[in-house]
Formats: sequence, structure tokens, C-alpha cells
Amino acid sequence: MQFTRRNLLKTTAAASVAIAAPHLWLPSEAHAATLKKGEPIKVGLLFSLTGALAVPEEDSTLVLQYAFDEINKNGGVNGVPVEPVIVDAKSDFNVYSEKTKELILREKVIALFGCYTSASRKAILPTVMQRDHLLYYPTCYEGAECTQNTICTGPLANQHSQDLIPFMVEKFGKKVFFVGSNYVWPKESNKNAKVWLEKAGGELLGEEYIPLGSSEFGPVLGKIRDAKPDFIFSTVVGASDIAFHKQFKQEGFKVDSMPIASLTTGEIETRAMGADFGAGHFLSAPYFQTLDNPTNQKFVEGFLKSKYGKNGTTHYNMEETYLSAYVFKAGLEKAAAAVGVENVTPRSIRDNSGGIRIEDAVSPEGLIWIDENNFNTWLKPKIGQCQADGTFKIVKAADKQVAPDPYSIYPDAGTCTKDGLKGPDGKVRKNVI
Amino acid sequence: MDLGSLLNALILGVSIASIWLIAALGLTIIYGTAGVINMAHGELIMLGAYSSYMLQFYLGLPYLLCIPASFFIVAFVGLVLERGLIRYLYNRPLDTLLATYGVSLVLMQGVRLIFGSDPKYIAAPAAFSSNISLGFASISTFRVVILGVTALLVFGLWLLFYKTRFGVQVRAVMQNKEMAASFGINSGRIYMLTFALGAGLAGVAGSLFGVLAIVLPTMGASYVVQAFLMVVVGGGSLAGSVAASGATGELQSVLAFFTNDTFARFIIFVLIVVFLRFRPQGLFAQAGARR
Repeated sequence: MQFTRRNLLKTTAAASVAIAAPHLWLPSEAHAATLKKGEPIKVGLLFSLTGALAVPEEDSTLVLQYAFDEINKNGGVNGVPVEPVIVDAKSDFNVYSEKTKELILREKVIALFGCYTSASRKAILPTVMQRDHLLYYPTCYEGAECTQNTICTGPLANQHSQDLIPFMVEKFGKKVFFVGSNYVWPKESNKNAKVWLEKAGGELLGEEYIPLGSSEFGPVLGKIRDAKPDFIFSTVVGASDIAFHKQFKQEGFKVDSMPIASLTTGEIETRAMGADFGAGHFLSAPYFQTLDNPTNQKFVEGFLKSKYGKNGTTHYNMEETYLSAYVFKAGLEKAAAAVGVENVTPRSIRDNSGGIRIEDAVSPEGLIWIDENNFNTWLKPKIGQCQADGTFKIVKAADKQVAPDPYSIYPDAGTCTKDGLKGPDGKVRKNVI
Repeated sequence: MDLGSLLNALILGVSIASIWLIAALGLTIIYGTAGVINMAHGELIMLGAYSSYMLQFYLGLPYLLCIPASFFIVAFVGLVLERGLIRYLYNRPLDTLLATYGVSLVLMQGVRLIFGSDPKYIAAPAAFSSNISLGFASISTFRVVILGVTALLVFGLWLLFYKTRFGVQVRAVMQNKEMAASFGINSGRIYMLTFALGAGLAGVAGSLFGVLAIVLPTMGASYVVQAFLMVVVGGGSLAGSVAASGATGELQSVLAFFTNDTFARFIIFVLIVVFLRFRPQGLFAQAGARR
């Protein structure tokens, strides 16, 4: 560029506008995250590879890399390969929000895949919403959110316990004891479970919460011994969950007379606790490694043989994450057809994602689809019982897909629509978190 | 709420106390003798758990032999650490704090690189995964094992410190390093051996915690805080740590029995802060006397 007076004036003028109105400048920068011809499609993978959250989140990164490899091998999205940009959120909520900005502004990714805990999701959502970007949140959560910038492929609290609680009440008895980790997801899940418990005619004997990361279950098990419930409903997560199952057996509790019905204890946990501590307990999830269908067999074999399969198992959280890659692919293809490849933005992908179906041939858990209003997932919750080898035997599966309802226990809040939360007064509020 | 349940809570309190104590033993020795604030203590516990896992998984060693073997492996790591790093920092307490924190990160990341970040499993004899019932009282066998090992270690340490020549030397160095040196005691050697001993004790704790809870690269972080609390409240002496753990364990169990776990912890931390407000000697008086 020649350094003429005219050019200089133009540049200075543009720069001064930018300085004077940064809030105008930056969002248009963000919208510039469109696809360029001849370049791969960049997506951001925002998970913790180190720190306390690394156990579930490293698997999420690995399975997404596997999914995008698979997509690329089969011709990418409309012939263009997907390139994941991997960052380490270090189990630190400040880093989550920093890295979100970095991925959106510097890397100019077209979509984000990330987070496991609700706390990290809530840490990055303000940024995602401000930039009108798109977050694929690939795990179970409590709901009670209605943003126009997320797509969730995991079960909501209403889908999780709807079948599990009546099943347990019928099979083992009416008396139940709730144990959970002390943070938002277990508490909200338990509120849901109480609704189903009441419908099933069950009786809640006690409700205890353990500090996150604690491995001392002596006092809680003492209370359970006194209360004598028919079964335990657990939303204990992570390392605590493994300690809970171990101490349950070490304290002399018998799985036959008082099993634990969990929303979290999957294949990765049962392997880590040793199968004899997990055997006999129950889990509600949309996916189990032992699901008997050709798509799942292909997924399990393919993943374990690939360079990403070093952890030696697949589990529900990984499968939900795997699906999110295909939901993204379908959404991007639909958006490209609707507005043209050059004009695809995170917003247009999200607008075109309602109703996307992932068919049996692709989805290891079987057909799912994205709700057209709240952009969570219609799926079939299943109940598995842990076997002596640490795998699960499916003892019950919903006969049809269950609707996701983020406000199932807060009917007064309204309903989540495509444009925002529609209150009982008819007003629509955007981005409710 | 009946008397039997309360009695159970009291028995459980003794068990919780032994868990707090065994986590703090190694730190007590290292801090009490050398005045080193060892931030890597949690990771030494983690190494103990991984040592047991390794010995069992690769060599097929029975669990009961893994416990003493973990002592020697982690003690050796402690020895290398002391010779390679800590001994240059004895007169700079703040630097030891930073250096050992760095060591903790290195150990955690190193283990993650070698073993991956997914949890590992240590198999214990089947007899350990049941409980003992005596009338209305009930406690898990493994908790009794932990209590027994802790009691054995405390007794062993008492013998070592108060009934042997080595113990006299250690106590002399603790009270006045220079004066002890002028009587011909090699204080460098004493520091080295006590650091290795403290590390080895962390290793034993780790091999027990691996069975009670979980084996993970990050497992140490949850134990190091409570270990420090016991040492600070106890004032850095063996008897102090025993008393502090006893009181805290019972408090946690009984408070959790009457209220809940989260609230019990909250009360304990408040009580510790209040306690240290009125009796800070535990920590500061000792450090002042040594230097």
C-alpha cells in the first residue's frame, strides 16, 4: 500500500471511529467469523486437559477429535474439512472465559464445543451471548436456562429421572434417600426427582449434600444406615462418586437390598472403582457402551482402535459429545444451503439447527433430534444395571423419545421458545441464564 | 436420634481422626524438624497411591506388601528431593514454600504424562470390603485397618524420637541446629533422613487413601489442606497433631451427625480460625525459636 496522504487520512479516520466506538467495532469483528473459501472450518474445543475437571473433559476433547476425523474422512462438511482448535481451560473458570474470547476473536472459530460443569458454562455464556456466538454444550445439565446461543445434546434433568425413579420405586420400594455433591446440578436434579417421586408415591427419608471433591462418606452412610431406605438416589459426581461406592461396600451395605440409583456413575467410574464395588447399582443415561446396535458397535470399535481411544472405554458423556459434532455438521450444511456458504455465521447455524435429526445410522444411542424451541435434545433415556465386569446391562429403555423441558419444575417461569423465554404475561425475554 | 447412632458417630469420629492424622504425620515430621513448609506433601501422598497401583498392576504384589513398599519408594523420592533441592533452601522458608509448590506441580504433571489423567484402581483383599458389627455399633474393616496403621506409625515415631539415639539427635537439631552441630551432630544428615521419613509416611497414607477413595494425579490437593490444618493447629509436634486430629475428627463426625457434612466443615474451619486467633503459638512460636 502506498503511503499517500489520502490513504493515511482514511486509515486514521477508520481508527478513530474504532476507538470512539469500540462497542460498535468489536461485535462486527465477531460477526466476521464466517467461512472462507479454501480454508478449513475452524471450531473451538474448550475443555480442561489439566486440573480437577480433566477426567471427564479430556475424554470430550478426544472423542470430538475422533468425530471430526471421521467427518473429514467422509468428505468433511460440503467438501471442506473441519479443523478443531484445542485449548486447555485448566479447570479454572477465569481461563474458560479468557479462552472463549481468544477462540472467538483471535481464532475466529465458527462454533464452540465445551464445558462439562454448569459453573464453567455459566462463566462463558455472557461472552458467547455478547458475541452472538454458538456453544455446543455436550452433556447433561439441570436446565432452567433459555439462551439463543446454545445447543445441548445431553439429557436435561426432566429426562434423567422421569423413568429411573418410578422404576426403582416399583422394584425396590417407596423409601428413598438422596445423596448429592453440593452444587447446582445435583440440587436441581433432586428437585426434579422429587416431582417424579411424588407421582410414584415414594417417600423421601433424607437429603444430604457432600462438599465437591470430598472423599469422606462416613457420616452420610451412618445416616443412611439409621434411615433404612429401600434405595439411594445419587447425584454425587467425579472422584467423590468413586469414594462413595467404595465406602458403601466397605461399610457393609448390600447392593441387593439397597442399590444406588445414579445419574452419573458410568463406565469410566465403574472401571476406576473396581467392578465389584459398582456391580448391581443402577444408572440412568441415554447411552451405554453395551447398547446392541451396529452403529454403536462401529463407534466403540472405531474409537477404541483409533489414536484417541487410550482410555479404553466409551461412556454416555463421550457419546453425547460425539453427537454434538454431527449436529454441528448438519446445522452448518442447512445454514449453508439457506444463506450461502459465504454468509454462514454462528447465528445462522443456530437458526437452522432446530429439528435436526441424527438418524440410527449415525447416532450410537439411536435416533435423536434437536428441539425447535429450546434447542435441547429429544432422546430415549435408558436404565442400566452395572455388571461384574463393569459394563451395564440395559434393564429398561423408554419406548419413545422424551421431550426436553428446561423449565419442568418452574412452570411459572414460562416456556423456552426460539426467541427467548416466553413468560406467562406473554413477554419474551432473550438470553435468560 | 438414639444413643446407638450417636455412639456410632463417635466411633466414626475416631476413624475420621485417624485419616486426618495419617495424612498429617509426614508433614508434621518435616515441618516440626526442618521447618520446611512442604507444599508437595499432597503429591507425595499421591505418589504413594501410584506406587501401590504400579506394584500391584505390574508386579502383582499383594496389597498388604504394597503399603510398606510405598513407604520406601516415596521415602526415596523424598531423599532425592531433599538432596537435590530442599537442602539449599533451609534458611529461606518462603523459598522452600515456592520451590515445593513447584515440585508439586512437576510431580502432578509428570504422573499425568506417564499414567494419564483417568482414575486408577488398587485392589484390596476382599476381607477389607466388609464391615464389623458389634451390637448396634458398626464400622468398616478398612477403617479399622487405617486406624491400626496410624496407631502403629504414631507409636513407632514416638519410639524413634524418644527412645533412640537418632531421636535425641533429631530433637537436639530441632531445638538448636548450631549448638547441636557443635556437639558433633551432622544436622544436614538429620534433615535428610527426617525429610525422607516424612515423605515415606505420606507414601503409606497414599496407599491407604487409594483404596478408601480414588487414585488420581490430583488426589493430593484435597489432603494437603487438612494436613496443614492439623500441623498448624497442633503446632508442629507429634502430640499436637494427634490431639488436633482427634478433636477435628470427632467434631466433624458429631457435627455431621446433628446437621450435615457441609455445615460440619464450615463450623470446623471457623473454630480453627478462632482457635488460631487466640493461640497462634502453635505455628509462629516454634518457627521463632528455631531461627
